[in-house]
Amino acid sequence: MTEPGRLAVRKTYKLYIGGAFPRSESGRSYAVTSSKGDFLANAARASRKDARDAVSAARKAFPGWSGATAYNRGQILYRIAEMLEGRRAQFAAEVADADGVSARKAGELVDAAVDRLVWYAGWSDKIGVLRGSANPVAGPYFNLSSAEPTGVVAVVAPPMGPLLGLVSVIAPVIVTGNTCVVVASERAPLPAITLAEVLATSDLPGGVVNLLTGRAAELAPWLSAHMDVNAVDLTGCPDELAVACEKDAAENLKRVLRPAGKVDWLAEPGIERMTAFLETKTVWHPIGV
Amino acid sequence: MSTLTTPLAEAASSNAALRALLHGLPGVDRVGADQRAAMLGTRSIKTTAKARAIDLAISMVDLTTLEGADTRGKVRAMCAKAVRPDPGDPSVPKVAAVCVYPDLVEQAVQALGRSGVRVASVATAFPSGRSSLGVKVEDTAFAVAAGAHEIDMVIDRGAFLSGDYRKVYEEIAAVKAACARDGEGEDAHLKVILETGELATYDNVRRASWLAMLAGADFIKTSTGKVSPAATLPVTLVMLEAVRDFRAGTGRMVGVKPAGGIRTTKDAIKYLVLVNETAGPDWLDPAWFRLGASSLVNDLLMQRQKMATGRYAGPDYFTLD
Repeated sequence: MTEPGRLAVRKTYKLYIGGAFPRSESGRSYAVTSSKGDFLANAARASRKDARDAVSAARKAFPGWSGATAYNRGQILYRIAEMLEGRRAQFAAEVADADGVSARKAGELVDAAVDRLVWYAGWSDKIGVLRGSANPVAGPYFNLSSAEPTGVVAVVAPPMGPLLGLVSVIAPVIVTGNTCVVVASERAPLPAITLAEVLATSDLPGGVVNLLTGRAAELAPWLSAHMDVNAVDLTGCPDELAVACEKDAAENLKRVLRPAGKVDWLAEPGIERMTAFLETKTVWHPIGV
Repeated sequence: MSTLTTPLAEAASSNAALRALLHGLPGVDRVGADQRAAMLGTRSIKTTAKARAIDLAISMVDLTTLEGADTRGKVRAMCAKAVRPDPGDPSVPKVAAVCVYPDLVEQAVQALGRSGVRVASVATAFPSGRSSLGVKVEDTAFAVAAGAHEIDMVIDRGAFLSGDYRKVYEEIAAVKAACARDGEGEDAHLKVILETGELATYDNVRRASWLAMLAGADFIKTSTGKVSPAATLPVTLVMLEAVRDFRAGTGRMVGVKPAGGIRTTKDAIKYLVLVNETAGPDWLDPAWFRLGASSLVNDLLMQRQKMATGRYAGPDYFTLD
């Protein structure tokens, strides 16, 4: 594609941890190719230590993000959708390269990703109503249940659907106040890297979303065993890996989301992905009569 | 060293003599010290060596709480942690000491009993040191009477920076005298806090180290933890060189304690490497090297658990500081 006389810019992308773009601690990278096998760019191959750093960053961001008002979180998700739409052409080209789909189809997938963000943004201040309740009790107390975020969620993004699938797993985790460490699709990480650039410029506090590129098989076990991770979303893990990760996750009773069968990312998602990473806090308060 | 040709007792006889000695010390090569500290910080300590370094670092910690909001309850909880840093694992060594304000010494002594963990108390109008000598001595005597094994005093930085070395020397000597128990048990050890963050240059750090050692310090300590920057590797390097040269010149061994800002296992191991390479392995002992810290212990315990279990540990499973 390079015009004669112009040097090609050969890109080697970095990770996205704590709002910054560091290289992998290991110094490793790997070549990313299109669906036709053409070289696209180099992506960092994250190591377990990058995963560890990402978990610390997510933990650090958790009090601020979970303490923000639901309205504020919703606004930030809208802002991400805006920024994502502003880069529509770049995302469409990356999706077309990665999935080998037509430009029109790729554009539709990007639009679907924007719509998905807007859809989840709208839920930010409504999910609490659905999951909270005032419970009748036999005593002079108010008894109130409210939904609380679980904490740090490790997400293995699906290998297919490099943008729509990715957005569909990140948005429901963060809209309720969790922070996350995401292992992007190993096959097609470029839309994830561009999404990181979008996130970095859209008012999302650093550390709420941390994106790692590399091998899920290498990173997922470390994240699943990490004692400071509260939940894992194993959507992108092949069965064998998912079973191993689920066993590791049991050590500190992490919440595990492992969808059965293939997920249709174009269908309306429902609220299950949000409720999977919510916990219920119930308080008793004296009525005072 | 050439500076030691004058007998040291004479050196302290007047301000002029002290000035001649301290300003006669060779200057510190700032860039060289920074580089050497940075270079030693890149040493890779892994597996069994790391496991030993972690246990050694735990046993060197002065577990510290110096907040206005300290309570007797908090000190009791900290003492329990000092004796058994990880209640789930009896193989973890106990820390070297706890460090508290003078009014909480009694509480700490009671809580620690015969555990072997020592009680250190800050004194002398900590952290600024801005009070009369009488008040400082009284402060020290109060902590010693309450049972403190170690006294962490601050020097008068104002006097030091304006060149009144004699005043600083006399204050240290007076506090040292107040540390004595007159035959009723072991004298309290004196740690002298230089507050290197306020001394401006490495040359001053070297001079203050020598001044403190001449005046009778058993330990020299970098910082109060209330001033930024607190302990740094190059400053500790300069102080370690000072204690090494002081032993070579006088035969007396003095300890070093960096304090403040040491939060991770990686930092702690860098300090241990620095000690070994600068002062020598004689100082790799809780009697001669301490780390003033509080949150560091949890990180050390987390690393220890990571090495034992193979998975990353989380702070939820350790006590709060």
